Amino acid sequence: MNLYIYVIRRLLYVIPVLLGVCLIIFILFNVVSPDPTFMMLGKHASLKQMEELRRELGLDRHWFLQYLDIVKSAFTMDFGRSWSTKQDILEMIKIGSIPSLTLSVPAFVLSTIISISISLLVAFYRGSGLDKFVVFLCVFLMSVSSLAYILFGQKILAFDFGLFEISGYEPGFPYFIPFIMLPMIIWIILGLGPDVRFYRTVILDEVYQDYVRTARSKGLTERAVLFKHILKNAMIPIITYVIIRIPFLILGALLLESFFGIPGLGGITLNAINSSDFPVIRAMTILSAVAYIIFSVLTDILYTVVDPRVRLK
Amino acid sequence: MNNVVHLNKTNIAVNKLDEDKHKSKSLWQHAFNQIIRDKLALASLIVIAIYVLIAVLTALGVIAGDWSKEVGPSYASPSLEYLFGTDIFGRSVFAKTLKGAEVAISVGLVTAVIAISIGVTLGCFAGYFGGKIDEIIVWFYTTFSSIPSIMLLVAITFILGKGLIAVYLALGLTSWVNLCRLIRGEVIKHKNREYVHAASAIGGGHMRKLFRHILPNVFHLVIINFSLQFQFAIKSEVILSYLGLGVQGQPSWGTMIDDAKLELARGVWWQLGAATVAMLIVVLSFNLLGDALRDALDPKLKGK
Repeated sequence: MNLYIYVIRRLLYVIPVLLGVCLIIFILFNVVSPDPTFMMLGKHASLKQMEELRRELGLDRHWFLQYLDIVKSAFTMDFGRSWSTKQDILEMIKIGSIPSLTLSVPAFVLSTIISISISLLVAFYRGSGLDKFVVFLCVFLMSVSSLAYILFGQKILAFDFGLFEISGYEPGFPYFIPFIMLPMIIWIILGLGPDVRFYRTVILDEVYQDYVRTARSKGLTERAVLFKHILKNAMIPIITYVIIRIPFLILGALLLESFFGIPGLGGITLNAINSSDFPVIRAMTILSAVAYIIFSVLTDILYTVVDPRVRLK
Repeated sequence: MNNVVHLNKTNIAVNKLDEDKHKSKSLWQHAFNQIIRDKLALASLIVIAIYVLIAVLTALGVIAGDWSKEVGPSYASPSLEYLFGTDIFGRSVFAKTLKGAEVAISVGLVTAVIAISIGVTLGCFAGYFGGKIDEIIVWFYTTFSSIPSIMLLVAITFILGKGLIAVYLALGLTSWVNLCRLIRGEVIKHKNREYVHAASAIGGGHMRKLFRHILPNVFHLVIINFSLQFQFAIKSEVILSYLGLGVQGQPSWGTMIDDAKLELARGVWWQLGAATVAMLIVVLSFNLLGDALRDALDPKLKGK
């Protein structure tokens, strides 16, 4: 199949998926969820008040119009106002994204680099005691609850030893660094288990391929084989794995942000969950779904450019 | 006519293969032996069995039935008398931890069953029938997986209200996509194999071919997934509890860890410690068992 036709088809497939996402969001928030006017007005609201509020929120219109609103907001990013704070949601997202990104971007980059380095090391010494130990350590790290890392980290490292700030945030370049240190470390530890396991498997999948045998029989050193031949081929799944997780950086680290008092998007989402602020929850859901769809298209296209075999399927 | 001859030939070949197989072990026997020989996997299996036993016994009220009773002062530290210390109301943390196993095991089991039934059914239909049905199911899970699962969890618990049933459904309904994808891929590979043609030659219908012949051949994926699903659900229950959407009126490791965020500043670490360790052991066991099962059952990885 021609590359351009493939790309166009892949792009067109975005439309039904996006409409589907909006449909699920619409069903969840506008159809089956409990009447928001109850929650907003409390128990003693009169029917008239509820009627007025429903009209104000646009809930009395035909269902199809309400659905179209959601679809429209996915394109225009105009999500209306928050029910609890009355702020413009897009404005809230813009303000919140900066602290979120100051935590998630460095943490994501560092954790990717560290995980790939460890898995290369482990793949180089595959089958040895070190390999087995690291694999076990990964499973162990994955088995501890993420809340336990946060709570013990805050208590022992920050409170008892005073190594880090316990919580809080200060905007501006060098000032936020002490506040993101501990959440960043916890982020890296949380990612280490699944990431190292995945990268190791990907690299070991390549180790038994014919081209690796050829490279070895040419007399190349094991190091040259690993870095020049295996890593290049393993890069395809690794890149996919890395890119597809970028959209989740937008949501930030929900738990980390709320525990460390970082006023980012994760914090906004959690507050919205606690106060049943539907428009904000809906906006965050749409935003992250749109980001996910865009990035999955990007990965697919990148994939075909890097590896022409994929297109044939 | 040609076809019939061809089929007969393959049947003979299949029969021969069958005879050879009787001498060697089947995949399941082989896997079973491998798990038994693997000390780590065997230990994990035993640990899981113990947890299940504790969960059943607490559910029946044989042990830890008096978890809600005051046994000592508020926040007594761990000692011989109060094994894991006491919580704010003077209740035994040990009894609460045991009782928490009930929630954890039931959440793991029910969610895994929900997720696997959806994943297997949709995956089988999509892979086997192809065409429009496949397109619709693929569209559905692509759409579904585009929404971050934490948001779906929140939305579902909003709708169903708080409580154990909401936790079951929320976790079960959000975690079937991976298995569905895997099963679909495997069924596509299998549906044109000779044994499936042979099954239709003797008059097997679609459902018979799909569920009696193909499904057993891809079932190892379900077993591996079950183990991973189980530990994922136990871990997620903690997050839901933290969000205030978890189990109500009954101790769970999630609510215990959630309580700890206020207690730690006062130096009360035992409730967090007990829940974390209890969870760590069972989740670790499921992870190790899952790995061992994958090694034993996935022929592609054999020998690596």
